[in-house]
Amino acid sequence: MGVQTEIHASAYAGAFTDPVFQSQSVFRALMDAMARPGTIVPLGAAAMPPAPLGAGAGAIALTLCDDGTPVWLTNALVQSSVPAWLSFHTSAPLTNLKPEARFVFIEAGGLVPGFDQFALGTQEYPDRSATLVLELASLHGGPEFVAAGPGIKSETIIAPLGLPEIFLTLWAENRALFPRGVDLILVAGTDVLCLPRTTKLRRREV
Amino acid sequence: MTDLATYNFAYLDEQTKRMIRRAILKAISIPGYQVPFASREMPMPYGWGTGGVQVTAAILGPDDVLKVIDQGADDTTNAVSIRAFFQKVANVAVTTKTREATIIQTRHRIPEETLTAGQTLVYQVPIPEPLRFLEPRETETRKMHALEEYGLMHVKLYEDIARNGHIATTYAYPVKVEGRYVMDPSPTPKFDNPKMHMSEALQLFGAGREKRIYAVPPYTEVVSLDFEDHPFEIQHFDKPCALCGAEQVYLDEVILDDKGGRMFVCSDTDHCEDRRAHGHAGHLLAQQEAAE
Repeated sequence: MGVQTEIHASAYAGAFTDPVFQSQSVFRALMDAMARPGTIVPLGAAAMPPAPLGAGAGAIALTLCDDGTPVWLTNALVQSSVPAWLSFHTSAPLTNLKPEARFVFIEAGGLVPGFDQFALGTQEYPDRSATLVLELASLHGGPEFVAAGPGIKSETIIAPLGLPEIFLTLWAENRALFPRGVDLILVAGTDVLCLPRTTKLRRREV
Repeated sequence: MTDLATYNFAYLDEQTKRMIRRAILKAISIPGYQVPFASREMPMPYGWGTGGVQVTAAILGPDDVLKVIDQGADDTTNAVSIRAFFQKVANVAVTTKTREATIIQTRHRIPEETLTAGQTLVYQVPIPEPLRFLEPRETETRKMHALEEYGLMHVKLYEDIARNGHIATTYAYPVKVEGRYVMDPSPTPKFDNPKMHMSEALQLFGAGREKRIYAVPPYTEVVSLDFEDHPFEIQHFDKPCALCGAEQVYLDEVILDDKGGRMFVCSDTDHCEDRRAHGHAGHLLAQQEAAE
Protein backbone atom coordinates (compact mmCIF):
# COMPACT_ATOMS: atom_id res chain seq x y z
CA MET A 1 0.00 0.00 0.00
CA GLY A 2 2.76 2.39 1.01
CA VAL A 3 4.75 1.69 -2.15
CA GLN A 4 1.67 2.17 -4.31
CA THR A 5 1.05 5.64 -2.84
CA GLU A 6 4.65 6.61 -3.45
CA ILE A 7 4.47 5.63 -7.13
CA HIS A 8 1.34 7.64 -7.65
CA ALA A 9 2.73 10.72 -5.95
CA SER A 10 5.74 10.78 -8.27
CA ALA A 11 3.41 10.58 -11.24
CA TYR A 12 1.84 13.95 -10.51
CA ALA A 13 4.94 16.05 -9.93
CA GLY A 14 7.84 17.00 -12.15
CA ALA A 15 6.15 18.56 -15.16
CA PHE A 16 6.94 22.04 -16.54
CA THR A 17 6.20 24.91 -14.20
CA ASP A 18 5.63 27.22 -17.18
CA PRO A 19 4.44 24.86 -19.94
CA VAL A 20 3.90 27.39 -22.74
CA PHE A 21 7.36 28.91 -22.65
CA GLN A 22 9.30 25.88 -21.48
CA SER A 23 7.90 23.65 -24.21
CA GLN A 24 8.64 26.40 -26.73
CA SER A 25 12.27 26.57 -25.70
CA VAL A 26 12.62 22.77 -25.66
CA PHE A 27 11.08 22.61 -29.12
CA ARG A 28 13.39 25.31 -30.49
CA ALA A 29 16.39 23.38 -29.17
CA LEU A 30 15.07 20.22 -30.85
CA MET A 31 14.39 22.09 -34.09
CA ASP A 32 17.93 23.50 -34.12
CA ALA A 33 19.42 20.13 -33.25
CA MET A 34 17.40 18.34 -35.94
CA ALA A 35 18.31 21.01 -38.51
CA ARG A 36 22.00 20.79 -37.56
CA PRO A 37 22.67 17.11 -36.92
CA GLY A 38 25.70 16.40 -34.79
CA THR A 39 25.45 19.68 -32.89
CA ILE A 40 24.98 19.30 -29.15
CA VAL A 41 22.19 21.64 -28.09
CA PRO A 42 21.08 22.27 -24.50
CA LEU A 43 17.32 21.96 -24.00
CA GLY A 44 16.02 25.19 -22.60
CA ALA A 45 14.11 23.47 -19.79
CA ALA A 46 14.07 20.25 -17.81
CA ALA A 47 11.36 18.04 -16.39
CA MET A 48 11.60 15.74 -13.39
CA PRO A 49 10.02 12.49 -14.49
CA PRO A 50 10.20 9.40 -12.27
CA ALA A 51 13.38 7.32 -12.63
CA PRO A 52 14.71 5.81 -14.77
CA LEU A 53 13.52 8.40 -17.34
CA GLY A 54 15.89 11.38 -17.38
CA ALA A 55 15.23 15.13 -17.19
CA GLY A 56 15.89 15.76 -20.88
CA ALA A 57 13.80 12.86 -22.17
CA GLY A 58 11.00 13.90 -19.82
CA ALA A 59 11.09 17.45 -21.21
CA ILE A 60 10.92 16.10 -24.78
CA ALA A 61 7.89 13.96 -23.88
CA LEU A 62 6.10 16.97 -22.36
CA THR A 63 6.92 19.04 -25.45
CA LEU A 64 5.97 16.64 -28.23
CA CYS A 65 3.63 13.92 -26.91
CA ASP A 66 -0.13 14.08 -26.53
CA ASP A 67 -3.21 11.93 -27.10
CA GLY A 68 -2.36 11.74 -30.81
CA THR A 69 1.02 10.09 -30.31
CA PRO A 70 1.16 6.48 -29.08
CA VAL A 71 4.34 5.92 -27.05
CA TRP A 72 6.41 2.76 -26.72
CA LEU A 73 8.51 2.28 -23.60
CA THR A 74 11.20 -0.23 -22.68
CA ASN A 75 10.40 -2.86 -20.03
CA ALA A 76 12.30 -0.94 -17.38
CA LEU A 77 10.26 2.19 -18.09
CA VAL A 78 6.97 0.30 -18.24
CA GLN A 79 7.66 -1.15 -14.80
CA SER A 80 8.42 2.25 -13.26
CA SER A 81 5.92 5.04 -12.63
CA VAL A 82 6.85 6.60 -15.97
CA PRO A 83 3.66 5.34 -17.71
CA ALA A 84 1.49 6.99 -15.05
CA TRP A 85 3.56 10.18 -15.27
CA LEU A 86 3.36 10.31 -19.08
CA SER A 87 -0.33 9.56 -19.05
CA PHE A 88 -1.11 12.20 -16.43
CA HIS A 89 0.94 14.98 -17.98
CA THR A 90 0.62 14.31 -21.71
CA SER A 91 -2.38 11.93 -22.20
CA ALA A 92 -0.21 9.96 -24.60
CA PRO A 93 -1.49 6.38 -24.95
CA LEU A 94 1.00 3.64 -24.21
CA THR A 95 1.39 0.90 -26.79
CA ASN A 96 3.26 -2.38 -26.63
CA LEU A 97 3.10 -2.72 -30.42
CA LYS A 98 6.32 -1.23 -31.74
CA PRO A 99 5.00 -0.31 -35.23
CA GLU A 100 2.20 1.77 -33.70
CA ALA A 101 4.41 4.07 -31.67
CA ARG A 102 5.09 7.62 -32.84
CA PHE A 103 7.58 8.14 -30.01
CA VAL A 104 9.89 5.62 -28.39
CA PHE A 105 11.72 6.24 -25.13
CA ILE A 106 14.75 4.21 -24.12
CA GLU A 107 16.47 4.94 -20.80
CA ALA A 108 20.26 5.12 -20.48
CA GLY A 109 21.70 1.61 -20.69
CA GLY A 110 18.39 0.16 -21.87
CA LEU A 111 18.32 -2.42 -24.64
CA VAL A 112 17.88 -0.75 -28.04
CA PRO A 113 15.58 -2.77 -30.33
CA GLY A 114 16.31 -2.86 -34.06
CA PHE A 115 15.10 0.37 -35.65
CA ASP A 116 13.18 -1.50 -38.35
CA GLN A 117 10.81 -2.91 -35.73
CA PHE A 118 9.30 0.56 -35.37
CA ALA A 119 7.17 2.52 -37.84
CA LEU A 120 9.35 3.54 -40.76
CA GLY A 121 6.68 5.46 -42.65
CA THR A 122 5.63 4.52 -46.15
CA GLN A 123 7.03 5.61 -49.47
CA GLU A 124 3.93 7.83 -49.87
CA TYR A 125 3.94 9.09 -46.26
CA PRO A 126 7.53 8.85 -44.97
CA ASP A 127 6.62 11.28 -42.17
CA ARG A 128 4.55 8.58 -40.46
CA SER A 129 7.60 7.11 -38.80
CA ALA A 130 8.73 6.81 -35.22
CA THR A 131 11.01 9.24 -33.44
CA LEU A 132 13.31 7.45 -30.99
CA VAL A 133 14.42 9.28 -27.87
CA LEU A 134 17.51 7.46 -26.70
CA GLU A 135 19.12 8.41 -23.41
CA LEU A 136 22.87 8.01 -23.15
CA ALA A 137 25.51 8.36 -20.47
CA SER A 138 27.11 11.22 -22.39
CA LEU A 139 27.18 12.85 -25.81
CA HIS A 140 30.98 13.02 -25.59
CA GLY A 141 33.75 10.53 -25.12
CA GLY A 142 32.37 7.59 -27.08
CA PRO A 143 33.66 6.06 -30.30
CA GLU A 144 34.03 8.76 -32.94
CA PHE A 145 31.83 8.86 -36.01
CA VAL A 146 32.04 11.18 -38.99
CA ALA A 147 28.61 12.61 -39.81
CA ALA A 148 27.58 14.15 -43.13
CA GLY A 149 24.33 15.11 -44.81
CA PRO A 150 21.77 17.93 -44.88
CA GLY A 151 22.32 20.40 -42.06
CA ILE A 152 26.05 19.68 -41.88
CA LYS A 153 28.38 22.01 -43.78
CA SER A 154 30.84 19.35 -44.87
CA GLU A 155 31.46 16.86 -42.10
CA THR A 156 31.30 16.85 -38.35
CA ILE A 157 32.57 14.48 -35.67
CA ILE A 158 30.23 13.03 -33.08
CA ALA A 159 31.17 10.76 -30.17
CA PRO A 160 28.09 9.75 -28.17
CA LEU A 161 28.88 7.36 -25.34
CA GLY A 162 26.74 4.27 -24.72
CA LEU A 163 25.32 3.41 -28.13
CA PRO A 164 24.92 -0.31 -28.88
CA GLU A 165 27.86 -2.02 -30.60
CA ILE A 166 25.91 -2.57 -33.79
CA PHE A 167 24.66 1.01 -33.95
CA LEU A 168 26.52 1.89 -37.14
CA THR A 169 25.01 -1.11 -38.94
CA LEU A 170 21.51 -0.31 -37.67
CA TRP A 171 21.93 3.30 -38.75
CA ALA A 172 23.27 2.43 -42.21
CA GLU A 173 20.25 0.16 -42.75
CA ASN A 174 17.95 2.96 -41.62
CA ARG A 175 19.71 5.44 -43.91
CA ALA A 176 19.34 3.11 -46.88
CA LEU A 177 15.55 3.19 -46.53
CA PHE A 178 15.35 6.92 -47.26
CA PRO A 179 12.87 8.63 -47.53
CA ARG A 180 11.53 6.09 -45.01
CA GLY A 181 13.23 5.56 -41.67
CA VAL A 182 13.22 6.54 -38.01
CA ASP A 183 14.72 9.72 -36.60
CA LEU A 184 16.86 9.72 -33.49
CA ILE A 185 17.12 12.13 -30.60
CA LEU A 186 20.10 11.29 -28.39
CA VAL A 187 19.81 12.75 -24.91
CA ALA A 188 22.30 13.05 -22.06
CA GLY A 189 21.06 15.01 -19.08
CA THR A 190 19.42 18.01 -20.71
CA ASP A 191 21.62 18.09 -23.82
CA VAL A 192 20.47 16.65 -27.12
CA LEU A 193 22.09 15.57 -30.36
CA CYS A 194 19.74 14.70 -33.20
CA LEU A 195 20.28 12.28 -36.05
CA PRO A 196 17.56 12.67 -38.68
CA ARG A 197 17.33 9.80 -41.17
CA THR A 198 19.31 11.86 -43.72
CA THR A 199 22.56 11.80 -41.73
CA LYS A 200 25.27 9.47 -42.98
CA LEU A 201 27.66 8.08 -40.39
CA ARG A 202 30.96 6.29 -40.72
CA ARG A 203 33.59 5.27 -38.21
CA ARG A 204 36.37 7.81 -37.97
CA GLU A 205 39.65 6.46 -39.26
CA VAL A 206 42.43 7.49 -36.94
CA MET B 1 -3.49 43.61 -17.80
CA THR B 2 -2.10 43.41 -21.29
CA ASP B 3 -3.89 42.34 -24.46
CA LEU B 4 -2.03 39.05 -24.10
CA ALA B 5 -4.38 37.83 -21.40
CA THR B 6 -7.11 37.06 -23.92
CA TYR B 7 -4.93 34.78 -26.06
CA ASN B 8 -2.52 31.97 -25.51
CA PHE B 9 1.00 33.12 -26.38
CA ALA B 10 1.26 33.44 -30.18
CA TYR B 11 -2.50 32.82 -30.65
CA LEU B 12 -2.45 29.05 -31.21
CA ASP B 13 -3.41 26.65 -28.43
CA GLU B 14 -0.71 24.33 -27.11
CA GLN B 15 -2.18 21.19 -28.69
CA THR B 16 -2.05 22.82 -32.11
CA LYS B 17 1.50 24.01 -31.57
CA ARG B 18 2.58 20.48 -30.61
CA MET B 19 1.02 19.06 -33.77
CA ILE B 20 2.73 21.69 -35.93
CA ARG B 21 6.03 21.22 -34.10
CA ARG B 22 5.97 17.47 -34.75
CA ALA B 23 5.27 18.17 -38.43
CA ILE B 24 8.20 20.62 -38.56
CA LEU B 25 10.62 18.06 -37.08
CA LYS B 26 9.56 15.43 -39.62
CA ALA B 27 9.77 18.01 -42.41
CA ILE B 28 13.37 18.77 -41.43
CA SER B 29 14.16 15.03 -41.41
CA ILE B 30 12.83 14.61 -44.97
CA PRO B 31 14.03 17.71 -46.83
CA GLY B 32 11.61 18.84 -49.53
CA TYR B 33 8.84 16.37 -48.60
CA GLN B 34 5.46 17.93 -47.86
CA VAL B 35 4.22 16.84 -44.42
CA PRO B 36 0.42 16.96 -44.07
CA PHE B 37 -0.75 18.85 -40.98
CA ALA B 38 -4.08 19.79 -39.44
CA SER B 39 -4.07 23.42 -40.52
CA ARG B 40 -6.29 25.63 -38.34
CA GLU B 41 -8.60 28.49 -39.14
CA MET B 42 -6.67 31.66 -38.52
CA PRO B 43 -8.08 35.15 -38.01
CA MET B 44 -7.22 36.00 -41.62
CA PRO B 45 -8.38 34.53 -44.91
CA TYR B 46 -6.62 31.73 -46.74
CA GLY B 47 -4.17 33.22 -49.18
CA TRP B 48 -2.97 35.78 -46.68
CA GLY B 49 -0.26 33.60 -45.23
CA THR B 50 -2.15 31.35 -42.80
CA GLY B 51 0.42 28.58 -43.32
CA GLY B 52 3.38 30.83 -42.65
CA VAL B 53 1.61 32.36 -39.67
CA GLN B 54 0.95 28.95 -38.12
CA VAL B 55 4.58 27.89 -38.57
CA THR B 56 5.81 31.17 -37.09
CA ALA B 57 3.38 30.89 -34.17
CA ALA B 58 4.59 27.37 -33.41
CA ILE B 59 8.29 28.24 -33.34
CA LEU B 60 8.14 31.78 -31.95
CA GLY B 61 9.46 32.50 -28.45
CA PRO B 62 9.56 35.62 -26.29
CA ASP B 63 13.23 36.28 -27.17
CA ASP B 64 12.71 36.22 -30.91
CA VAL B 65 12.92 39.24 -33.17
CA LEU B 66 10.46 38.98 -36.03
CA LYS B 67 10.65 40.47 -39.50
CA VAL B 68 7.83 40.08 -42.00
CA ILE B 69 8.17 40.84 -45.69
CA ASP B 70 5.73 40.83 -48.57
CA GLN B 71 7.44 40.78 -51.99
CA GLY B 72 10.58 42.01 -50.27
CA ALA B 73 8.88 44.98 -48.64
CA ASP B 74 8.35 45.50 -44.91
CA ASP B 75 5.70 48.16 -45.45
CA THR B 76 3.03 46.50 -47.58
CA THR B 77 -0.38 45.40 -46.29
CA ASN B 78 0.29 41.71 -45.72
CA ALA B 79 3.61 42.34 -43.97
CA VAL B 80 2.26 45.14 -41.81
CA SER B 81 -0.77 43.18 -40.65
CA ILE B 82 1.09 39.95 -39.87
CA ARG B 83 3.72 41.92 -37.96
CA ALA B 84 0.99 43.70 -36.01
CA PHE B 85 -0.72 40.35 -35.37
CA PHE B 86 2.34 38.88 -33.67
CA GLN B 87 3.00 42.07 -31.75
CA LYS B 88 -0.51 41.78 -30.40
CA VAL B 89 -0.72 38.04 -29.65
CA ALA B 90 2.90 37.37 -28.67
CA ASN B 91 4.19 40.78 -27.67
CA VAL B 92 7.27 39.90 -29.68
CA ALA B 93 10.01 42.32 -30.75
CA VAL B 94 9.81 43.22 -34.43
CA THR B 95 12.28 44.72 -36.85
CA THR B 96 12.59 45.60 -40.49
CA LYS B 97 16.34 44.95 -40.46
CA THR B 98 17.20 41.58 -41.98
CA ARG B 99 20.38 41.36 -39.90
CA GLU B 100 18.59 41.77 -36.56
CA ALA B 101 15.79 39.27 -37.16
CA THR B 102 15.81 35.72 -35.77
CA ILE B 103 12.65 34.73 -37.63
CA ILE B 104 11.76 36.19 -41.02
CA GLN B 105 8.34 35.39 -42.39
CA THR B 106 8.23 35.99 -46.11
CA ARG B 107 5.76 36.18 -48.90
CA HIS B 108 7.61 35.46 -52.13
CA ARG B 109 11.13 36.85 -51.65
CA ILE B 110 14.36 35.90 -49.96
CA PRO B 111 16.18 38.92 -48.51
CA GLU B 112 19.19 40.13 -50.49
CA GLU B 113 21.41 40.01 -47.43
CA THR B 114 22.85 36.53 -46.86
CA LEU B 115 21.02 34.83 -43.99
CA THR B 116 23.00 33.35 -41.12
CA ALA B 117 22.87 30.31 -38.83
CA GLY B 118 20.80 31.97 -36.12
CA GLN B 119 17.96 32.80 -38.51
CA THR B 120 14.89 30.91 -39.68
CA LEU B 121 13.10 31.86 -42.88
CA VAL B 122 9.36 31.02 -42.91
CA TYR B 123 7.72 31.04 -46.34
CA GLN B 124 4.02 31.57 -46.97
CA VAL B 125 3.08 29.04 -49.62
CA PRO B 126 -0.13 29.09 -51.70
CA ILE B 127 0.27 25.82 -53.69
CA PRO B 128 2.91 23.55 -52.15
CA GLU B 129 2.65 20.81 -54.78
CA PRO B 130 5.01 21.56 -57.69
CA LEU B 131 3.24 18.95 -59.83
CA ARG B 132 -0.29 20.20 -59.13
CA PHE B 133 -0.79 22.12 -62.37
CA LEU B 134 0.44 19.11 -64.30
CA GLU B 135 -1.54 16.49 -62.37
CA PRO B 136 -4.58 17.62 -60.37
CA ARG B 137 -5.06 14.38 -58.39
CA GLU B 138 -3.36 14.29 -54.99
CA THR B 139 -3.32 10.47 -55.08
CA GLU B 140 -1.28 10.63 -58.29
CA THR B 141 1.15 13.37 -57.28
CA ARG B 142 1.78 11.55 -54.00
CA LYS B 143 2.64 8.40 -55.95
CA MET B 144 4.90 10.41 -58.27
CA HIS B 145 6.86 11.71 -55.29
CA ALA B 146 6.98 8.22 -53.78
CA LEU B 147 8.39 6.76 -56.99
CA GLU B 148 10.59 9.79 -57.68
CA GLU B 149 8.80 10.08 -61.02
CA TYR B 150 9.45 13.64 -62.08
CA GLY B 151 9.55 13.26 -65.86
CA LEU B 152 6.39 15.35 -66.19
CA MET B 153 8.12 18.36 -64.71
CA HIS B 154 10.90 18.12 -67.26
CA VAL B 155 8.30 17.83 -70.02
CA LYS B 156 6.76 21.07 -68.76
CA LEU B 157 10.13 22.84 -68.86
CA TYR B 158 10.79 21.33 -72.29
CA GLU B 159 7.47 22.66 -73.57
CA ASP B 160 8.57 26.09 -72.38
CA ILE B 161 11.64 25.77 -74.57
CA ALA B 162 9.65 24.41 -77.54
CA ARG B 163 7.23 27.36 -77.38
CA ASN B 164 9.49 30.21 -76.33
CA GLY B 165 13.01 29.11 -77.12
CA HIS B 166 13.94 29.28 -73.45
CA ILE B 167 12.57 28.17 -70.07
CA ALA B 168 9.85 30.76 -69.53
CA THR B 169 9.08 29.84 -65.91
CA THR B 170 10.14 32.86 -63.89
CA TYR B 171 8.70 32.24 -60.44
CA ALA B 172 7.83 29.15 -58.37
CA TYR B 173 10.64 27.59 -60.38
CA PRO B 174 10.89 23.92 -59.38
CA VAL B 175 13.93 22.74 -57.44
CA LYS B 176 15.26 19.34 -56.45
CA VAL B 177 16.21 19.07 -52.80
CA GLU B 178 19.18 16.92 -51.79
CA GLY B 179 18.81 14.93 -55.00
CA ARG B 180 15.44 13.46 -54.01
CA TYR B 181 12.26 15.55 -53.76
CA VAL B 182 11.12 18.06 -56.34
CA MET B 183 9.86 21.05 -54.37
CA ASP B 184 8.01 24.27 -55.05
CA PRO B 185 10.06 27.12 -53.57
CA SER B 186 6.76 29.10 -53.31
CA PRO B 187 6.19 31.90 -55.84
CA THR B 188 9.54 33.56 -55.24
CA PRO B 189 11.19 34.88 -58.41
CA LYS B 190 13.68 32.34 -59.74
CA PHE B 191 16.25 35.04 -59.02
CA ASP B 192 16.11 33.83 -55.39
CA ASN B 193 16.52 30.11 -56.10
CA PRO B 194 20.33 30.08 -55.81
CA LYS B 195 20.04 31.63 -52.32
CA MET B 196 18.25 28.50 -51.08
CA HIS B 197 21.20 26.28 -51.99
CA MET B 198 23.47 25.51 -49.01
CA SER B 199 21.90 28.38 -47.05
CA GLU B 200 23.12 28.73 -43.48
CA ALA B 201 19.58 29.48 -42.31
CA LEU B 202 16.82 26.94 -41.75
CA GLN B 203 13.98 27.37 -44.26
CA LEU B 204 10.44 26.35 -43.33
CA PHE B 205 7.42 26.42 -45.65
CA GLY B 206 3.80 26.61 -44.52
CA ALA B 207 0.76 26.18 -46.75
CA GLY B 208 -2.39 26.81 -44.70
CA ARG B 209 -5.16 26.11 -47.18
CA GLU B 210 -3.38 23.08 -48.62
CA LYS B 211 -2.36 21.90 -45.14
CA ARG B 212 1.28 21.12 -45.82
CA ILE B 213 4.56 21.95 -44.10
CA TYR B 214 7.95 21.35 -45.65
CA ALA B 215 11.51 22.33 -44.92
CA VAL B 216 15.00 22.79 -46.24
CA PRO B 217 17.59 22.35 -43.48
CA PRO B 218 20.76 24.48 -43.54
CA TYR B 219 23.56 23.31 -45.85
CA THR B 220 21.22 21.37 -48.09
CA GLU B 221 21.52 21.01 -51.84
CA VAL B 222 18.77 22.89 -53.66
CA VAL B 223 19.17 22.60 -57.42
CA SER B 224 16.90 24.31 -59.94
CA LEU B 225 15.76 21.87 -62.63
CA ASP B 226 17.17 22.50 -66.10
CA PHE B 227 18.68 20.87 -69.18
CA GLU B 228 22.33 20.57 -70.20
CA ASP B 229 21.73 22.73 -73.28
CA HIS B 230 19.36 25.08 -71.45
CA PRO B 231 20.99 25.64 -68.06
CA PHE B 232 19.09 27.41 -65.29
CA GLU B 233 19.50 31.18 -65.38
CA ILE B 234 18.32 33.91 -63.05
CA GLN B 235 16.78 37.17 -64.21
CA HIS B 236 19.16 39.98 -65.13
CA PHE B 237 18.36 43.67 -65.03
CA ASP B 238 19.80 46.23 -67.45
CA LYS B 239 19.99 49.06 -64.95
CA PRO B 240 20.85 49.27 -61.26
CA CYS B 241 18.27 50.30 -58.63
CA ALA B 242 17.12 53.87 -59.32
CA LEU B 243 17.27 54.78 -55.62
CA CYS B 244 20.33 53.02 -54.23
CA GLY B 245 22.25 52.02 -57.34
CA ALA B 246 22.45 48.35 -56.30
CA GLU B 247 23.29 45.81 -58.96
CA GLN B 248 22.79 42.04 -58.81
CA VAL B 249 19.58 42.50 -56.82
CA TYR B 250 15.94 41.84 -57.71
CA LEU B 251 14.17 44.96 -58.94
CA ASP B 252 10.50 45.99 -59.06
CA GLU B 253 9.13 48.19 -61.81
CA VAL B 254 7.37 51.30 -60.54
CA ILE B 255 5.24 53.47 -62.84
CA LEU B 256 6.02 57.14 -62.20
CA ASP B 257 3.51 59.03 -64.36
CA ASP B 258 1.06 58.50 -67.22
CA LYS B 259 3.62 59.42 -69.87
CA GLY B 260 5.49 56.14 -69.76
CA GLY B 261 7.87 57.16 -66.97
CA ARG B 262 9.06 54.28 -64.86
CA MET B 263 11.82 53.28 -62.56
CA PHE B 264 13.30 50.04 -61.33
CA VAL B 265 13.92 49.86 -57.60
CA CYS B 266 15.04 47.20 -55.12
CA SER B 267 12.25 44.82 -54.16
CA ASP B 268 14.01 44.35 -50.80
CA THR B 269 13.16 47.64 -49.07
CA ASP B 270 15.45 47.06 -46.09
CA HIS B 271 18.42 46.38 -48.35
CA CYS B 272 17.67 49.55 -50.34
CA GLU B 273 17.25 51.76 -47.26
CA ASP B 274 20.40 50.35 -45.73
CA ARG B 275 22.41 51.14 -48.85
CA ARG B 276 21.01 54.66 -49.06
CA ALA B 277 21.85 55.22 -45.40
CA HIS B 278 25.41 54.25 -46.26
CA GLY B 279 25.58 56.93 -48.94
CA HIS B 280 24.76 54.92 -52.06
CA ALA B 281 22.54 56.79 -54.49
CA GLY B 282 20.88 55.62 -57.70
CA HIS B 283 20.35 57.95 -60.66
CA LEU B 284 16.84 59.11 -59.65
CA LEU B 285 17.86 59.88 -56.08
CA ALA B 286 20.93 61.74 -57.33
CA GLN B 287 18.74 63.78 -59.73
CA GLN B 288 16.32 64.62 -56.94
CA GLU B 289 19.13 65.71 -54.63
CA ALA B 290 20.62 67.83 -57.39
CA ALA B 291 17.23 69.51 -57.94
CA GLU B 292 16.97 70.34 -54.25
